[in-house]
Amino acid sequence: MWSEFFTVSSIVVTLAAGIRLATPFLLASLGEVMGQRSGVLNLGVEGVMLLGAFGAYYTTFRTGSVWLGVVAALAVGLVMGLVYALITLVMHAEQGISGIGIFLFGLGFSDLLFQRWVGTPLPISRLPEWHIPGLSQIPVIGEVLFQHTPLVYIAFLLVPLVAWVINYTTFGLNVRAVGETPDAADTLGVSVLRIRFATILIGNALAALAGAALVVPFGTFQQNLTSGRGFIAIALVYFGAWRPRGVLIGSLLFGLVIAVVNQWGSLGIVSGSLSSLTAMAPAVLTIVVLVMVSRRIGAPSALTKPFDRTA
Amino acid sequence: MKNKNKFVVLLALLAALALLASACGSDNGDSDGDAGSGDTESSGDSFRIAIVSPSAKNDVAFSQSIFDAVTRVGENRSIEVDVSDGLFVVEDAAAAIRGYAEDGYDLVIAHGSQYGAPLQEIAPEFPEVAFAWGTALDTFGLDNVSSYSVRSDEGAYVLGALAAEISESKNIGIVGPIEVGDAKLYVDGFAAGAVAQDPSVDVNINYIESFADVQLAQEAATAFVNNGADVLTGTAQMVVGATGVASAEGVPWFGTQSNQTTLGPDIVVASQVYHWEIVLEDIIAGVENGDLGGESHILTLENEGLVLEFNEDYALDPSLQELADELVEGIVSGTITTGIE
Repeated sequence: MWSEFFTVSSIVVTLAAGIRLATPFLLASLGEVMGQRSGVLNLGVEGVMLLGAFGAYYTTFRTGSVWLGVVAALAVGLVMGLVYALITLVMHAEQGISGIGIFLFGLGFSDLLFQRWVGTPLPISRLPEWHIPGLSQIPVIGEVLFQHTPLVYIAFLLVPLVAWVINYTTFGLNVRAVGETPDAADTLGVSVLRIRFATILIGNALAALAGAALVVPFGTFQQNLTSGRGFIAIALVYFGAWRPRGVLIGSLLFGLVIAVVNQWGSLGIVSGSLSSLTAMAPAVLTIVVLVMVSRRIGAPSALTKPFDRTA
Repeated sequence: MKNKNKFVVLLALLAALALLASACGSDNGDSDGDAGSGDTESSGDSFRIAIVSPSAKNDVAFSQSIFDAVTRVGENRSIEVDVSDGLFVVEDAAAAIRGYAEDGYDLVIAHGSQYGAPLQEIAPEFPEVAFAWGTALDTFGLDNVSSYSVRSDEGAYVLGALAAEISESKNIGIVGPIEVGDAKLYVDGFAAGAVAQDPSVDVNINYIESFADVQLAQEAATAFVNNGADVLTGTAQMVVGATGVASAEGVPWFGTQSNQTTLGPDIVVASQVYHWEIVLEDIIAGVENGDLGGESHILTLENEGLVLEFNEDYALDPSLQELADELVEGIVSGTITTGIE
């Protein structure tokens, strides 16, 4: 059985699955990086993912257009961003509790709308894979890297884009300043609320896109289909030390571990109680690395601290 | 003063969200009316049934099987049905079970093996209320608790044999949730049937350790297909991810718990459907005669609580239909056993 796992075809299948599985984590955690670098923690990522997933599913279900579904997910994310910004920035509500409220709202409301408007999880159109001309023909590498749905490519292209925005643009400089020393940034004329408002919108839009990435490849929706991925995405931000590259590594590692465990199960290498143990591997890995990282790198200084100019 | 204003605004926002939610209605605690007459008004003569289930009542799997069964019961008698679905959290389910008992329902169905502990605690407090718990065999020695279960391995055995005949690569994949209850019976029965029909068949089983992770079910199915499987099956509500892969790849699919043809009209060959109404009719008759429980009930092919429903749009070879009929007859008569305990 082990020999079956170490064949080229098996390794290719596993690596490609790892990249697919990493995509929702990557999208959601990149958005959360933006928010946390500006000092805003959003524990509601899971709820926004669910609402984005339902938005994508329902729009595709009604219109037949998957891309309209993706756009709808983004719109849902922006609306939830507005709500979260209102709660945390305008009303200065405690971020942790507000995020949990958003999660619970997303969990319940996505299911409620699904039950009322759709009911049975009927199949919808799926987002087809894009085989990149030329590159997808390369043996092994082509199948692993260049035969995915467009959302996979978008997620991975966002990594350098977000890194560039944070590190090399005025907006990114302001984001970092607001996340570390908001009072000083305000003194220098940077609008803390506007910067945080923008990062919350970006973060929620990407979280909703992560939800869409769970729906459009296989074309269905189910209650609580995110299964905790939003919370794992938040953990991956700490794992990645608030850097896009770190988040990429964490997402890939997490996705690959799940893919390896899944491939072992499919080949009959693990079964029974061993299957339960290996299913815990990604969570155990995350905890171990989080402990290691937390000792080494600190969070943005103003993370979770509300900013009140009049205070 | 400022904090007070913020509190009022927050309260207003939450109220707006609550209004929005209530405007859309809720399925938790949703009254499905008088199933016998189609009247949504409560009738004094109606038999009042409450269902508490872990997933959505239309999940095309476990929860839908009990909801459909109660609906079928309502075709022959006047009943009033109330449903609290989507209660994955046992504490929430316990609150719902207690609430229905306090409301004096004639029968409270706790449809989830995980609900056993709270039911054991709640049922003695309401000796006048009948409870049904499944899938399970234990009644805790209580006179007002009935349990129900299913020999899902029986229909699975037949479906597995058909899968072995349909498969050209002789490689079959099974996507399982967690290795417990009727899911384990189904998986084991399917594998036993396939191997008994054709010992050369390679049956691979992947328990993804989740009842809800649709993406992981999808990846499990994808891995099976990439590893050469040309027939798939699976059980529990997360299989919608796997049926999506089966549809996309044109791989035949065998369903269970509910009729899953809607998940893939082109690829679903047949489904093993749970007809819980067989045991519900017994339990209701007992309750009406003053016997509130204490017995265990099991769905089998013999008592027609398990029914194989074939997809008419799937071009199944008539000889395989005959094979299925023969195997069902063999299991019913006892000449064939699944070998699963």
